[in-house]
Parts: sequence; structure tokens; C-alpha cells
Amino acid sequence: MASTTVYPGSEPARWKYLDRIRTRAGPFTDGDAYDGSMVAEAMENMTVLVIGAGGLGCEILKNLALSGFKNIHVIDMDTIDISNLNRQFLFRAEDVGKYKAEVAARFVEKRVRGVKITPHNKMIQDFDEDFYMQFQLVVCGLDSIEARRWINATLVNMVDEEVEDSYKPLIDGGTEGFKGQSRVIFPTVTSCIECQLDMHAPRAAVPLCTLASIPRQPEHCIEWAHVIAWDAEKPFPSLDKDDPEHITWLFKKALLRAQEFNIPGVTYALTQGVVKNIIPAIAATNSVIAASCCNEALKIASNCAPSLGYPNNNYMMYSGNDSIYTYTFKHEKKDDCPVCGNLARELQVDPAWTLGELVESFATRPEAQLKKPSIRAESKTLYMQSPVSLEEATRPNLDKTLVELGLSDGEEVGVTDPAFATVSFKFKLKFKKTE
Amino acid sequence: MLKIWSMKKEQQKAENAEGAAGGKKKKVTAAQLRVQKDLSELSLGSTMRTEFPDPDNILSFILYVEPDEGMYRGAKFSFTFNITPNFPHEPPKVQCREKIYHPNIDLEGKVCLNILREDWKPVLNLNAVIVGLQFLFLEPNASDPLNKEAAEDLRTNREGFKRNVRVAMGGGSVKGVLFDRVLK
Repeated sequence: MASTTVYPGSEPARWKYLDRIRTRAGPFTDGDAYDGSMVAEAMENMTVLVIGAGGLGCEILKNLALSGFKNIHVIDMDTIDISNLNRQFLFRAEDVGKYKAEVAARFVEKRVRGVKITPHNKMIQDFDEDFYMQFQLVVCGLDSIEARRWINATLVNMVDEEVEDSYKPLIDGGTEGFKGQSRVIFPTVTSCIECQLDMHAPRAAVPLCTLASIPRQPEHCIEWAHVIAWDAEKPFPSLDKDDPEHITWLFKKALLRAQEFNIPGVTYALTQGVVKNIIPAIAATNSVIAASCCNEALKIASNCAPSLGYPNNNYMMYSGNDSIYTYTFKHEKKDDCPVCGNLARELQVDPAWTLGELVESFATRPEAQLKKPSIRAESKTLYMQSPVSLEEATRPNLDKTLVELGLSDGEEVGVTDPAFATVSFKFKLKFKKTE
Repeated sequence: MLKIWSMKKEQQKAENAEGAAGGKKKKVTAAQLRVQKDLSELSLGSTMRTEFPDPDNILSFILYVEPDEGMYRGAKFSFTFNITPNFPHEPPKVQCREKIYHPNIDLEGKVCLNILREDWKPVLNLNAVIVGLQFLFLEPNASDPLNKEAAEDLRTNREGFKRNVRVAMGGGSVKGVLFDRVLK
């Protein structure tokens, strides 16, 4: 049974069990086409990006390093807080205040020989497409929907159909208490994070009127202090959720209100939790979800088994609320997805055209055929057909040329038309070369 | 020969850099595109109009509402709309700019409208919010009060409430609170 073949990039004893999976054809590998001899080396040459070095991120970094990935980058802008130490196991008490990415990278490098982890103590938005081009795989362990949407849109926009290397699979893990999910996205090929936006249940909000008139729970009293009493009394110029003095003010207000309505249970810790919207993070959920994500990373990198994502199931949800339940399914791509259903198409324009001419041209272009188009660039509203006030404000633009309006070659514009209620268009302006 | 080769390389690099610069152009965000779509589909009717302090920033604007029937007829109210980059995952933030006497709008301008908070869904759009606001002036709702005194007033003495609304809209004071004049 013992395999004696030594493949490049593989230290036989250390990776014995991993090599059994990644170098041998098995029931899940792709028939005769599977060649396991190059996998270890290929994985050594891959560069993987991990976004987030928190609860999920620590697990993901450790798992990837132990799965045979050698080049890993990690981005996280946060510093370590004492409350992280119970589950973010790469951090110690003396690390409090230091950058998560930095400390996590050093810890894993020290424990897993031969792995190189490059930390970036920054926001993902600080990097451009050139930076993200260097990775073959992106694994996210994030807690913010905004950051997910950003990296998703970036990876989808980077796809160049003629460049194989521009497709970066995105593996996304998320947890909330006992629940979690992992999913795999092949940008432009499978349903993306924007398509799946409705899968994130927005935080359950309590009606304002309940807060104002009939609080029933301690949380209602705290929310009342937070959204109503604070604004009415403005004890400090702006609310700093990390300032104990501010939280204390809210706590005292909430307590008075709770006494008035005979509601027990308002504490300082609960106040902090409600105001900062803290959902208890559970280490076990993080490790289940991170394991699933890294399993997908290994499968994509090695082809040792079909991964989630294509062509069938791409979404695994996990719930540990009542025993353990998982369900894996295919989330369909949305045709009207503003990110992936809607890639910017190139549009040949003459920079000397007036905006009016461009707008007119949409009516006759076979690819558009829009009758009442409204058009905007990222930071400039060019022409809006409605509402009236915007139409009036932007009408003078119609007589200006594209250059006068500050548009440049390669700039993206969004075009909407009420006749196409569900669809909006994006065009990348391509300036005709003037003779 | 070597020199020509290296010059060619330099040239290619410059061209690539130009191409890459094109790639870094700011892109229309999903939230902006959605707001643009919502705005171009808006049906405001004659009782409402918008104002954009900065037309290039469509994520922030003012909505004027002039009810032509109901207890709030004859007045003009304004609301600020602030839309976050997380739209439509998050609802727009809407606040009344005047101090008014209304059971569902408090003295700070906070609005109790279910779709602005607990019942918001990404499939809803700006039109739904605007219709909701308009409805609040036609049918103030005493069972979901944000201004408890006003709600109590409406529940127990509808005619008295109507009179108080007129007084408040005229810039008078009701139960010791001075209101903004909103009558046209």
C-alpha cells in the first residue's frame, strides 16, 4: 500500500496522507485524464489570497498551510482585541493591539515549515486589479457584506474572456452564531455574491414604534436609548461605540427605561452587544466552515475531486442550532445581476460627440435600442430622464462634448431605461482614434 | 539590434501601463446603478418632487411632499434620503426635516414606516418608500405610534387631533411643543 514514488515538491513522510489524496487517481477524479504527478508542484507554485484574519481567517490560514499550499497572502486591516483571544487561536495576550494579518502570518509560518505568508495590514479596497491578478484562488473569511460585494465585483470585472488566468475562483465562508455557509464562485460562470445577496437575511430590526411605545425586551430598551434618546439629548457630539463613557450613558438610559416598563435584564455587556451588533461567534462553527472552504480550495487546486461551484451545487449552508444540519444546493445565476449579469460592454464613441448625440445613438444601436436612456458615470450624473429636478439639472450636459464632460477613454457608464424594468446596462466607452 | 529590442520592450510596457490605467477607472457601483434605475422609474405625481443638492451624487437627495387630501392637506413637508453603498441590501435612511405633529413621525424627524426598517427587502425600491411616506400623511396610524401623545390624541379625539394638526402646521404649539410652520 505504501507509495514509494516521490513527486517534485513533495516531502514524502510529511505529506504522506495528503499525497494519497492529491496524487492518486480515485473514484472522484476525472477518469484517465487525471495526472496526480504534477499536483504537489503546481500547488507549490500557486499563490492563494486569504481575506480576513479573524475567527474564520485564523482557521483558514492554518488549514491552507497544512493542506500543502506554500504561498499565501492575507489581508486584514484590524488589530487584535482582547475579546478575540478565545477563538482566534493564532493570537496571544501579548499580541493585543497588533495587526491581525501580521501576527497570524508569523504564527503559521513558525508552526508550518516551508510556508510563506505575506501579510497586508490594509483594506481590500487599497489594492487594485494588478494586485489581485497575482493570485490563483481567493478565500474569504469576512464578517461584512460590503467587503464581500466589493471583492466579488472586482473579481467579476477582472475576467477577460481571452485570458485564462483572469478567472479567479472565489471561496466564501461566513458564520453567524451556530449557522454558517460556504460557497464557491467562478466569476461570470456561476452565480456571484451579488446574485445571492438575498441569502443574507438583513439584521432583524425592531419596529421603531415598538421601541418608542411598547418595549417588551431588554434589547428594546437599549435600542431605544441608542436610536431615540441619543439623538434627542445628544450627550456627546457623535456616538463612538468603542468609548466606554458613551456605552455607559446608553446603558444608564436603557436601565431607566427598563425600570419604567418593569423589564429585567439590561446589563452593560448586553448594551455593548446590542449597540455594536455583536452576534456571539462560536469557534466550532468557524472551524466547520473554514474546513469546508479549505476542502474546496484543495479540490480546485488539485482536481482530486469535483469542487462545489460548477456545474451543479455551489452553496453549502450549515446549521448547528438543532443538532447538525447541512444542505447543499445550486444557487442560480441571475440574468439581471448588476455585477455579473451585466458586464460592461465596449462602446465605440467619438470623443467629439455631444452627450446628446451619444444619448440619441442608444436608440439606434442594435445592442441597446433604448428609447429613454438615463446615463451616469461613477462620479458624474450625465443625463437623467427623470425625476424632473435631475432632468433639469443635467439637461445642459446634452450640448457638451464627452471630453468637455470630463469623460475619458475606457471610462464606464451605467445606462438605465424604464422600458427595461429589470435590466440596466454598463458600457465601457472606447474613444475612436482621431486621424 | 539589442537596443531596438529593449526599446520595443519599453514601448510595450508603456502601452500596457496605459491599458492598466484604463482598467483602474472608477466603475459604476452596484448601488449607484440600482439607484439610477429606481430614479428613472420613479412616478412622483403632482404632489411630490425631488431636489438634488449635488446632481452628481444621486445617493443623497431631498423629497418634498405636498399632500392634496387628508388632514395634512395644504402643507409642504421635506425628507432627506441618504442611501448607503450597501443599498439595496440596506434600506435608505429617511428623515423628516421639519418638526411636525404626526403619530408616526417623532419630533426629531424619525419615521416609523415598516419598509424603512423591519420589513425592508432588497426587491423593494425607492418608489415603494415614497408611496409609503405619502400614505403616512393620508392615513396616520395610531396603533404604531412614534409620537405617543399624537397617537393618543388621534385615537381618543379625532376631531381634536385634526385641529391640533392644523395648529402645528401653522407653526403654533400643541401641548407645550412648538412646531415648524409647513403651511404653504
